[in-house]
Amino acid sequence: MLTDYFPILILLALVVGFVTVVLLLSNIAGRKRMNQEKASAYECGMDAVGDTRVRISIHYYLVAVLFILFDVEALFLALWASAAKTFKEAGIGGLIFAEILIFVFVLALTLAYVWRKGGLEWDR
Amino acid sequence: MTVLLATILKVVVIFGALISAAGISTLAERRVSAWIQHRIGPNRVGPFGVLQPLADGIKFIFKEEFVPEGANRWLFILAPALSAAAALMSVAVIPFGGLITEIDGTPILMSIADLDIGALWVVAIGGLGIYGVILGGWASNSKYSLFGGLRATAQMISYELSMILCILAVVAMSDTLNLREIVNLQDSADSRCFGFLPGWNIFYQPLAFVLFVICTFAETNRHPFDFAECESELVGGFHTEYSSMKFALFFIGEYCAMIVMSCMTVTLFLGGFSVPYWSEAPFLIGLASFLLKVTFFMFLFLWVRWSLPRFRYDQLMNLGWKVFLPLALVNILLTGLAVSL
Repeated sequence: MLTDYFPILILLALVVGFVTVVLLLSNIAGRKRMNQEKASAYECGMDAVGDTRVRISIHYYLVAVLFILFDVEALFLALWASAAKTFKEAGIGGLIFAEILIFVFVLALTLAYVWRKGGLEWDR
Repeated sequence: MTVLLATILKVVVIFGALISAAGISTLAERRVSAWIQHRIGPNRVGPFGVLQPLADGIKFIFKEEFVPEGANRWLFILAPALSAAAALMSVAVIPFGGLITEIDGTPILMSIADLDIGALWVVAIGGLGIYGVILGGWASNSKYSLFGGLRATAQMISYELSMILCILAVVAMSDTLNLREIVNLQDSADSRCFGFLPGWNIFYQPLAFVLFVICTFAETNRHPFDFAECESELVGGFHTEYSSMKFALFFIGEYCAMIVMSCMTVTLFLGGFSVPYWSEAPFLIGLASFLLKVTFFMFLFLWVRWSLPRFRYDQLMNLGWKVFLPLALVNILLTGLAVSL
């Protein structure tokens, strides 16, 4: 079981080594000539106006919450999907599918509710 | 011992091939773009410009690296590393080919690891790349970066849902999350569609295939969904403030993600490394078959880029939540019905 993951450890070492080395290389080899203008944020050549740490639209937050909701649903479905045929062979395929149907229906209701309430509209 | 050496060699070869393929993809992108627009494209460095990616890499190393004023220094450096690392790690479970050889009775298969959670691994580890985009956008302390990062994140998580559900439809048919077993099932004679077509899942799951391919475009921030960059509105999006190798790492991440997503499309829907009507195909033929299919999907990314205009952001989110998510849900329920009864 654990030996399955051993090659992945090698890959992880390679990947971490690769990104560290290229970042260090460009840090060492690149020229350094800093000035105030260069360090300021790019705003089409104008002086940067105000701070960037501003409030952002609530829509992004809503999308994140909905994502978590449906992602957890997808994870539950993954458990079922990876054993759907096994359930059928055990003779309980229909029963399990009915349960899945109820589960998805409840979440589909959630989606319908959010949709109805205008949570999916971006131009409001 | 030889098994261990073979494993290490295999990992190094696949890693090297992926990095090289990402490099070649940058050249291919420019050459194909030029070809579609009746230009010539870069052809000066080496024959047909094949050494261009290498020259680009060297130039990136010698460029000035700086952290803009007000940026969160460590997150700013971490973001591109995370973006590239996530894409490079997600290749670990892709089965590139069949049996290479047997050493001391241990079969050596052409993939880094054959995990039983293969399909989930690609989604989970590949999904970590989103952190690179949002952290890079936020840490830059630039408004263009922030908006680009936010948009890209919202887009990627929206389309990830439909993508997972499409993968699950295939998983429900195959009864396993192991990608190699999914390929072998498509190869077996009794999975033939109508008795004569190859047993590829594309014939059983046409809707999931179409949704999945479109979701891969949104996941990798490619045209027509490239709101992460959106040159005409946001300058460069989340990588506006990046320079030198940090900038290059974002691109390595993007191209590796494209390659991994193409590999996933081929593995899940187009029979992976199997050759139609030739189950006992030798290793090299299988590998060639896999690479040929992947190359087609890599070309598709470029073809679409120069054929379709960019969406508007609300259209993109509407498509993701109001069309793709319900369709993907219906698709997996229909699949479940067919599998369970």
